[in-house]
Amino acid sequence: MFRNNYDNDSVTFSPQGRIFQVEYALEAIKQGSAAVGLVSKTHAVLVALKRNAEELGSYQKKIIGIDTHLGVALAGLAPDARVLSNFMRQQSMSSRLLYNRPVPIARVVNAIADKAQVNTQHYGRRPYGVGLLVAGVDETGPHLWEFQPSGMVLEYRGAAIGARSQSARTYLERNFEAFPDASREELVLHGLRALRDSLAQDKELTTANVSLAIVGEGEKFKLYDGEEVADWLEKLGSTQSSRGSRGAQAAAAPAGASGSGEGGDSMEVDA
Amino acid sequence: MNHLPEAWGRPRDDVYGAYDHSHLRPSMPNQHTQEPIVTGTSVVALKYNGGVVIAADNLASYGSLARFSNMERLKQVGTHTVVGASGDISDMQYLFDTALEDLVIKEEYQNDGHHLRAKHVYSYLSRVMYHRRNKFDPLWNVLLVAGWDDGKPFLASTDLLGTTFSAPALASGFGASLAVPLLRRVCPDEESVAKISRERAIEAVEECMKVLFYRDARSTNKYTMAIVSGEDNKVDIEWKKDVELQKQSWKFAEEIRGYGAQIV
Repeated sequence: MFRNNYDNDSVTFSPQGRIFQVEYALEAIKQGSAAVGLVSKTHAVLVALKRNAEELGSYQKKIIGIDTHLGVALAGLAPDARVLSNFMRQQSMSSRLLYNRPVPIARVVNAIADKAQVNTQHYGRRPYGVGLLVAGVDETGPHLWEFQPSGMVLEYRGAAIGARSQSARTYLERNFEAFPDASREELVLHGLRALRDSLAQDKELTTANVSLAIVGEGEKFKLYDGEEVADWLEKLGSTQSSRGSRGAQAAAAPAGASGSGEGGDSMEVDA
Repeated sequence: MNHLPEAWGRPRDDVYGAYDHSHLRPSMPNQHTQEPIVTGTSVVALKYNGGVVIAADNLASYGSLARFSNMERLKQVGTHTVVGASGDISDMQYLFDTALEDLVIKEEYQNDGHHLRAKHVYSYLSRVMYHRRNKFDPLWNVLLVAGWDDGKPFLASTDLLGTTFSAPALASGFGASLAVPLLRRVCPDEESVAKISRERAIEAVEECMKVLFYRDARSTNKYTMAIVSGEDNKVDIEWKKDVELQKQSWKFAEEIRGYGAQIV
């Protein structure tokens, strides 16, 4: 049941200097389906893979609009993401009311980072079990931030979180140099290709399981769901992972390197 | 046990005597600003093609007494904005030295490349003013906010009620009656801002300060002027401090009739 004596709460360090509850929270992100984000000089894009608990059930929402210039994609515990996104909406609203200014992306990201960090330092609390990709545009241009339950936030040119996201990350790492000058359409397609690479072998991108959001300079945050993504999937062409049989190799590499994380098929949680 | 909840948890009256409720009350009534005490008079401001000119004299009056003659009533906020205040000087000092100073420190401390511009400072001030009026403890001022925003000159006002108003030519206090008509001759509407040069705007505001000194008994002949000029996103603020009124002419005074020891 317990790995050791040092994971009963989020305030106790292990002798190796680790806080296990925080690490478990980071694992919760990997249980969630994949989400990908990327930015160009003019746009920020989020794409995410939705899951339904069962065939007859609806799909879990993966992208939440915060304001007209800002939105998040989540991987992990959706209820925790609701708490954080509601808080971000409040921050956004009070920035508009008090300063007549859309909240700067870095500020609202740092605000949720502070909230998350507090949970790692108080007995009786637990870390948030969700990772977020925050995409938005402010006066300093388009931005993409990754939020982790540890309270860490980092800005990225392209990032992927959630189950099998290493494959998406590999795609981003191979193509990121093209992102800054990519057009709106190219950027979305890069995102969809990265997401496609994270699919399991027997899965494909469909209008039911893809969520997509675009925000740009002079373009309001817009979430595309269901039939609205049909055109994008058509432009994408193949909706199955292009990695095919290479999937096994790729999965083996990080597993051998880190000894943890989403190595191999044993960690598959696409159900 | 006493059936009145008010008596619960208190020493028993029949043993210790009645409870002295005056200990619970503050010794003084709440003090809200009922009227301004030390006051500054008009602030005058005018937009021109490329910026805004704003000016206010250096006098703080105690009633009709010219009490302090070195009170600057303009403040630079951040890099894009100048705020001018008329009305109560202590409320002005709270706004300038505490509220706005804290605002700028908090903003710059983030160090993330974002800065408050004129419209943000203006929005904040109007919210503070409205908040205080809702507490029935208003900050007894009229504030003019001048600045450079989004590649355009910015000028707007807010008052002790939190009312917001914006125009290409604005003045507070006595100047609202006396200076605004003069400024509107130069700048009747937003479109005409484009036709006004920096020199013309400075000249118009100087003229207003002079006329105000002639006719406003709470004014003085020494004033401060700030010229906020911008090009695209670059802003420059030029300060003219302790400026004395030039070329005064009191000839018109001979014509004044209706009061004083004159034989009409």
